[in-house]
Amino acid sequence: MGMTMTQKILADHAGLNEVKAGQLIEVKLDLVLGNDITAPVAIKEMEKLNNKQVFDKDKIALVPDHFTPNKDIKSAENCKCMREFAMDHNITNYFEVGEMGIEHALLPEKGLVVAGDVVIGADSHTCTYGALGAFSTGVGSTDMAAGMATGKAWFKVPSALRFILKGKPAKWASGKDIILHIIGMIGVDGARYQSMEFVGEGIKNLTMDDRFTIANMAIEAGAKNGIFPVDDLTVKYIKEHSSKPYSVYEADEDTVYEKTYEIDLSVIKPTVAFPHLPENTHTIDNIGDIPIDQVVIGSCTNGRLDDLRIAAKVMEGRKVAKGIRAIVFPATQKIYLQALEEGLLSTFIKAGAVVSTPTCGPCLGGHMGVLAAGERAVSTTNRNFVGRMGHVESEVYLASPAVAAASAITGKISGPEELGL
Amino acid sequence: MRAKGTVHRYGDNVDTDVIIPARYLNTTDPNELAQKCMIDIDKDFTHRVKSGDIIVAGKNFGCGSSREHAPIAIKASGISCVIAENFARIFYRNSINIGLPIIECREASEDIEAGDEVEVDFDSGIIYNLTRNRQYRGQAFPEFMQGIIKAEGLINYINQK
Ligand code: SF4
Repeated sequence: MGMTMTQKILADHAGLNEVKAGQLIEVKLDLVLGNDITAPVAIKEMEKLNNKQVFDKDKIALVPDHFTPNKDIKSAENCKCMREFAMDHNITNYFEVGEMGIEHALLPEKGLVVAGDVVIGADSHTCTYGALGAFSTGVGSTDMAAGMATGKAWFKVPSALRFILKGKPAKWASGKDIILHIIGMIGVDGARYQSMEFVGEGIKNLTMDDRFTIANMAIEAGAKNGIFPVDDLTVKYIKEHSSKPYSVYEADEDTVYEKTYEIDLSVIKPTVAFPHLPENTHTIDNIGDIPIDQVVIGSCTNGRLDDLRIAAKVMEGRKVAKGIRAIVFPATQKIYLQALEEGLLSTFIKAGAVVSTPTCGPCLGGHMGVLAAGERAVSTTNRNFVGRMGHVESEVYLASPAVAAASAITGKISGPEELGL
Repeated sequence: MRAKGTVHRYGDNVDTDVIIPARYLNTTDPNELAQKCMIDIDKDFTHRVKSGDIIVAGKNFGCGSSREHAPIAIKASGISCVIAENFARIFYRNSINIGLPIIECREASEDIEAGDEVEVDFDSGIIYNLTRNRQYRGQAFPEFMQGIIKAEGLINYINQK
């Protein structure tokens, strides 16, 4: 029986010719990632190991992004713990504030992940790098500690769901709308323990930033990973960002999938996930009047240059509605600078939004935009669980940058069409 | 290995944000985390919970972020076992890796009610409901993980190799 793309990557990294769904294997890792929340726990665990050395100082990435620039004394202590560990072990890829960004936007940009890699990260959205044709998945801190020490991790080989994408997205539909549509269709545990493999001619109509957004939210359907085939656009991206050799894997033709879904991208409308689960999706034309208090544009899901360009296009020459707080946070320093040079930041500021330094900040209710009781936000982030952005009685509506930007202008959840765009 | 205690009951899709909200993640201390455990879904949990108690929930328990703080908080609050219809993948790994016993069993997840006295035998995977005098067969751990559980976590397991 044929193997899925994910299975082929895993088999190669386990030194096996073939693997089957359900099989337990040990694989070699190309990169181990941690952040300022999860790495300190992993570092404490590593101290309990007999062998406290890292397996390869070049294959570990440590990114302070969640509560940075340090939001309080406890966060500062956590960052200090990670910084000292990075110095002690000569970790090449430690990114201090000033060169950092949200980890899942930063790693591809720095060329640390390429097609065919196996990556674990102590952060659930590590699945983002599937956009590059890599196998990447989130783990916990103990797995991260074991990975840093041994360069290996154990996995149960996943089966896969196949999503055949066809056609071209309509004007205001983006990667975010596609993945929200899919999660709405299969549910937050629809792909639990499985791979989501995206294939089909429609992929050529998706930018790399669209693909990152889609792979990023595979975890929101419970998936182990989401993965895209490698095409010319992927290769171009990799060559522009990395000097690492890459490997292209393809699923076998006779592969059996748990399920196959066909998705016509041309009919997907801007989609919004209502509180408190990403699966509670509604298309923009079925929403009614929902007044809001805050708009957040950014995160590892939608804080990339394409996202900021779209948001700026919607906000250009318009004003954020009175009483609405609009917060834009570019995902990395490089994106921040590009947005500055392209004039996007002045568009946001002139419209009455604030622009923040790269940080996870409001996405997890950490800082820089926490909600009070009863407040409602439209956000381009990926989770709308109870209390995610602040008070347990606050609400988060997940949407694309276009919808978030339009909502900031109207003061209620709106698509760009409402502005005549 | 067995666990025995009173049941705290929750529904489907209990996510790591309600188990331990991000605003409390600026610490790694298990006891501090335990003081905020379940706070956004069950304010009284930390007052009610006794050492040995058991959590029973529905589908997809522990979905959301990879924070190991979630199983750490649950374990440090005294919970001896979590029973659910099924678990989110990363939460499952993390629990095994830190030595919090968890067990998947649909029947138990549907039948057990809050306040029931329950006993779990991890070797056989059998769950006994002492209050209702019923028993359910849960899924025993795959062989590979038994090694990790026996070593009481992944770190010890690596040290032993
Ligand atoms: S932006 Fe949000 S989802 Fe992404 S890594 Fe940061 S906290 Fe997690």
